[in-house]
Amino acid sequence: MLSVSNLHAYYGKSHILQGVNFTIEEGEIVSLLGRNGVGRSTTVKTIMGEVEPTGSILFKGQEIAGKKSFEIANLGLGYVPENRNIFPTLTVRQNLQLGLKPGTNTGKWTIEEMFDLFPNLGERAEVAGGVLSGGEQQMLCMCRTLMGDPELIMIDEPTEGLAPKIVEQVAQLLQKIADRGVAILLVEQKLSIALKISLRLYVMGHGQIVYEGTPDSLMRADEVRAEWLEV
Amino acid sequence: MLDVFIFATLNGLVTGLLLFMLASGLTLIFSMMGVLNFAHASFYMLGAYFAYSVSLYFGYWTGLIFAPIIVGVLGALVERYGLRRVHQHGHVAELVFTFGLAFLIEEAVQFFWGADTKNYQSPDLLDFPLFTLFGQEFPAYRGFMIGISISIFIGLYYVLTKSRIGIIIQAALTHPHTVSNLGHNVPLIFMCVFGVGSALAGVAGVIAGPVLTTFPGMAVVLGSIVFVIVVIGGLGSLAGAFIASILIGLLQSYAIASDVGMPDLLNLLGLEFDRNHPLTDLWTLTLPQIAPILPFLLLVLVLIFRPTGLMGKREQ
Repeated sequence: MLSVSNLHAYYGKSHILQGVNFTIEEGEIVSLLGRNGVGRSTTVKTIMGEVEPTGSILFKGQEIAGKKSFEIANLGLGYVPENRNIFPTLTVRQNLQLGLKPGTNTGKWTIEEMFDLFPNLGERAEVAGGVLSGGEQQMLCMCRTLMGDPELIMIDEPTEGLAPKIVEQVAQLLQKIADRGVAILLVEQKLSIALKISLRLYVMGHGQIVYEGTPDSLMRADEVRAEWLEV
Repeated sequence: MLDVFIFATLNGLVTGLLLFMLASGLTLIFSMMGVLNFAHASFYMLGAYFAYSVSLYFGYWTGLIFAPIIVGVLGALVERYGLRRVHQHGHVAELVFTFGLAFLIEEAVQFFWGADTKNYQSPDLLDFPLFTLFGQEFPAYRGFMIGISISIFIGLYYVLTKSRIGIIIQAALTHPHTVSNLGHNVPLIFMCVFGVGSALAGVAGVIAGPVLTTFPGMAVVLGSIVFVIVVIGGLGSLAGAFIASILIGLLQSYAIASDVGMPDLLNLLGLEFDRNHPLTDLWTLTLPQIAPILPFLLLVLVLIFRPTGLMGKREQ
């Protein structure tokens, strides 16, 4: 479904992505792991067209490198940024409406379904997004992207700064999303959630993929965890 | 006394609403670009001139409909092929671009229409007194100006806060990247906002042309006050721009209608003044005389005591 090959990206003169290669198949949960600053976030931003790419990014067989963000989104690629950009002055319901693609009024996911999944959001449907807690904002942000019916959703550090109980809820939501046939690329620093829900995982280091495997194989590969993941 | 007050209030309202029609577009465009569009009042002038030319052949009402559309399309083109390219060179370049555009439009207007004042008239249909109070008439055209301004604002408010496109616009102003990632064509949205903002200025020009006279300096006259308004209201705040517009409209109107001056003040204080004193101009100053500088005085006071404006947010 998504095939990234020999992807390079630059911030000014610094060479951030130095030939990234990975693939995601339909309906898979794949994690992209690595320490801070190795280029995980840049990878998803580059795929989304926020950073200029060189190399090839095939999505559903179509070259998307060089396309604009909104065009990529409209092809069915969803992105939940790390900074949880909810719109603080708009209500929860309005934030969700924003996720609908231009010209559509309903998608595979309805606002009511989102509220069923997260009663917390339902109770606060008419409340301004800015007053939600960090966890609720994260949920809202993921639900907003889901409203646009993505076939693959890339989520950058959804559990950062969240309490363990909320992290558990996020993991459940990701599982529910995947159960409905949406592929997920989970960008994470924490191993726990990634090991629990991913089918496959990639480890990044110095702007490249340095390890590919399954949660089981990563658990056995002590030297990989020591060199690239553990702090 | 009451009649003076009522009419001054009504006239202040007419001016204030007119100013807001310009200030609202300027505020939206400011929120979007991050710089003031110095050519905004030029679009207002173009609205008046286009409407004047159209009205010569097809009458006032056709001009009222088509002039704003032409101005809006022109504004959209300026954004698409001008500002969007200049944008990558930073805010200063954008500012200079709009500044140059204002001069260009003024020269173009003089080139095509001449430097003289045009005989742009309000429609005969509205050439009657709306009502007579204390023996004074209130022209129907001014009532029409109030009506059309208020209906446009209600429509604009409804679209911006209630419709989905309005929600997208609001979000795109503050978080363009996020909105783009959700699949919305942000550059297209910005072009439309610029077009609609310019069209609003065009409408203001069409309805103000017959009252405030249509001449090549009209952009500078009203433009400077509109900039004062967006600063007093707080840059980027529509509510602030509305309050400041009405405030300045009323302030000017009351000042003009009043007949107080320095002599009254001196008399009140029991002071005498000498008619041959070198500062006699100062002693005889009246409020109507200083009415035109009041907005700028207010601007200076606001900048000293509340630099963010009435409703503005402090820069993060």
